[in-house]
Amino acid sequence: MAATESFEHHSYDVIVIGAGGAGLRAAVAAHDAGARTALVCRSLLGKAHTVMAEGGIAAALGNLWPEDNWEVHFRDTMRGGKLLNHWRMAELHAKEAPARVYELEQWGALFDRTPSGKISQRDFGGHRYARLAHVGDRTGLEMIRALQQRAVSAGIDVFMELTITDLLKDGDRIAGAFGYWRESGRFVVFEAPAVVLATGGIGKSWKVTSNSWECTGDGHALALRAGATLLNMEFVQFHPTGMVWPLSVRGLLVTESVRGDGGVLRNSEGQRFMFDYIPDFFKAETADNVEEADRWYDDKSNRRPPELLPRDEVARAINSEIKAGRGTPHGGVFLDIASRRTPEFIKRRLPSMYHQFKELADVDITKEAMEIGPTCHYVMGGVEVDPDSQASVVPGLFAAGEVAGGMHGANRLGGNSLSDLIVFGKRAGEFAAEYAKTAQAALPKVAEVTLSRSAEEALAPFRAGEAAENPYSVHQDLQETMQDLVGIIRVEDELKEALEKVAALQARATRIAVEGNRQYNPGWHLALDLRNMLLVSQAVTAAALERQESRGGHTRDDYPNADPYWGTQNVVVALKAPRVGTAGTELSVRRQPLPKLPPELAKLLEDVH
Amino acid sequence: MSFDLELRIWRGDADGGDLKDYVVEAEEGQVVLDAVHRAQATQANDLAVRWNCKAGKCGSCSAEINGRPRLMCMTRLSVLPVGAPVTITPLRTFPVIRDLVTDVSFNYEKARHVPAFTPTADQPVAPFTMFQPDVERSQEFRKCIECWLCQNTCHVMRDHEENKPHFAGPRFFIRYAELDMHPNDACDRKSFLQESEGLGYCNITKCCTEVCPEQIHITDNAIIPMKERVVDTKYDPLVRFFSRRRTARA
Repeated sequence: MAATESFEHHSYDVIVIGAGGAGLRAAVAAHDAGARTALVCRSLLGKAHTVMAEGGIAAALGNLWPEDNWEVHFRDTMRGGKLLNHWRMAELHAKEAPARVYELEQWGALFDRTPSGKISQRDFGGHRYARLAHVGDRTGLEMIRALQQRAVSAGIDVFMELTITDLLKDGDRIAGAFGYWRESGRFVVFEAPAVVLATGGIGKSWKVTSNSWECTGDGHALALRAGATLLNMEFVQFHPTGMVWPLSVRGLLVTESVRGDGGVLRNSEGQRFMFDYIPDFFKAETADNVEEADRWYDDKSNRRPPELLPRDEVARAINSEIKAGRGTPHGGVFLDIASRRTPEFIKRRLPSMYHQFKELADVDITKEAMEIGPTCHYVMGGVEVDPDSQASVVPGLFAAGEVAGGMHGANRLGGNSLSDLIVFGKRAGEFAAEYAKTAQAALPKVAEVTLSRSAEEALAPFRAGEAAENPYSVHQDLQETMQDLVGIIRVEDELKEALEKVAALQARATRIAVEGNRQYNPGWHLALDLRNMLLVSQAVTAAALERQESRGGHTRDDYPNADPYWGTQNVVVALKAPRVGTAGTELSVRRQPLPKLPPELAKLLEDVH
Repeated sequence: MSFDLELRIWRGDADGGDLKDYVVEAEEGQVVLDAVHRAQATQANDLAVRWNCKAGKCGSCSAEINGRPRLMCMTRLSVLPVGAPVTITPLRTFPVIRDLVTDVSFNYEKARHVPAFTPTADQPVAPFTMFQPDVERSQEFRKCIECWLCQNTCHVMRDHEENKPHFAGPRFFIRYAELDMHPNDACDRKSFLQESEGLGYCNITKCCTEVCPEQIHITDNAIIPMKERVVDTKYDPLVRFFSRRRTARA
């Protein structure tokens, strides 16, 4: 059917793939810079994963603590990332986040207020001061609506429910993108000199995850196949608090705001166990007794409670408590805010959490503790980009948000992802527009032969052969593999086993056969998504095998400590023979020294309070 | 503890279709979307259904469950009659694309009509000074997850296709209310709302409020106040006089 099919063609200056926070902000920026811009997304507008973000947007507005400023935010971000962050991204992020937050207000966002009428800010793990602009615990929804409404009123062309399967190239340069309408299954060709990837995360390859179906690592895989490099893919964040019961909602996020607003973690013996897990790196700034910890909420001259250590520390501690047999009946630990705050306070500050537990688990969080456990949440690794422009090594290809690497180092602080989206979304959009302008002199061309090959490969699941595979079974087996072998705690033998298993799944995936026709066919869609999930899982595993130390979101049982040598190295993964379409899957893995931190920024890190 | 669950799911496309029966394995604590996914993974790979977050936050998985418009991800099996089959059909007010997926582009069209937030001359550039009690009214409406259940339920459209071109529906009435109640918005959208977007068609039966998964008081807090404000601007000479003066000053 592909050979005779004529493809729908569109021509733009900039194509933005993904319509979460980063994609929307990039599209608005590219549009404002005068570029003819298209925003392409796999779901309906406003449904992207950003909508699930709860706690807030980190920005040193200084509305509650005038002592706060970009330098402290920079320091907190770098320390939270175990100093592996690209310093320039962390610097830009800390400096520009406040202006980006006010921009949302300018476009109609309504944040919660301080008594003096400013944007209110809340406490979160790893941030020295209350820094997160928020709306109850539905900040992501507020952000996506403000951006969505801005994009719509600007008249930007939005292609909803359209999946991009391949990036198109002309020689070394980007020439556009190829995809299909989910509704009809018909193919679409976008010709454009600049493409911004804003496709989000990879969490759907794990079994216990807070991520939606869209987090299949499409952008990571598209970038690899187009010849771009991925940075530090071994760093996967397991959020400490996901729901564990009922099974139906296992992994569903419980916001860090519960702890920021006073919630504490207890094991089955009722003990506040986090005091036993304060690492040396954070000793100077963390309270070692209950009294001081509890005073901190009102008086910041005290040291912060250990429940508000960065997420990697808390997730590992919970994991250890459960393994030691001090877990709850359903295999988690207790998160208790009921005994610490009034029902009115809880309902006002955490309305979605109240609703979520009441509706889905029959638990009233104003009366009883929640049962929670770690859940796959975020990938710190991503497309290697220039910190200022977000340009990848492939001319014309940009990346922003979760799909880009470098900003968060080995571990991301809560609240820093929403700010990341708008700071670097804007930059990616602007620089993509600028690149597109310079490309006008000699526009890249799309080769017809590539298009028919992309179409052929996308339709492969309809040509059932021998030993046909069900896409849902392959997906389930991938999730089991990554959960069991590339989870919070990793070890060489298991990582090697995972690589073999992923390779076997890749072989099975080539035999996937789907029922029905091309019209809104989820089985077919999953078959195509799986190509990306498998390639990205392979990249994560290969990088995890390479880094022989424990740091942030990468813990090796066989190398339990952080290693000063590895503190100077990034792990870079690329395809050995990148090719648009279904590529070979042989990866190259190499180490690359971190960019040198300028002395004036290095000084900021020394202050440990 | 697992048990067998009987599902009756509407399968078909724009040309027609009918209910198909499936028996799936279900577990305690599951929601309707789990059962639909189970059917999809094991018996009907191509069963079309929209969903994203499975946490009641994105508003994608709207359908009619035993005739009632609901989110599939927030409807626990335990709230449905035991032993009876669960019937799942697509939203009725919008054209079917395939199975449980409908063409909701109507709503994205209406969204384009809304005149954007416009800051006042007093505070043209953020940061704005605004107080919590003043933003709270609009914040209620900004909880909306755009699941379109209220649009689907509203009988002005559900029973009268011909009203769609000049009726924006409850979701957008709360959007207009949100902007009207924004403490720093300067744009008056009231006559547009009344004359072009069909506020007057609503006869406050509150069906929209009943199905709202975010428990937004659509009728009481948005539609009725907006109707009153429209009447005030349109017919109250005094209000008109003062509002003119305000505009002139600005």
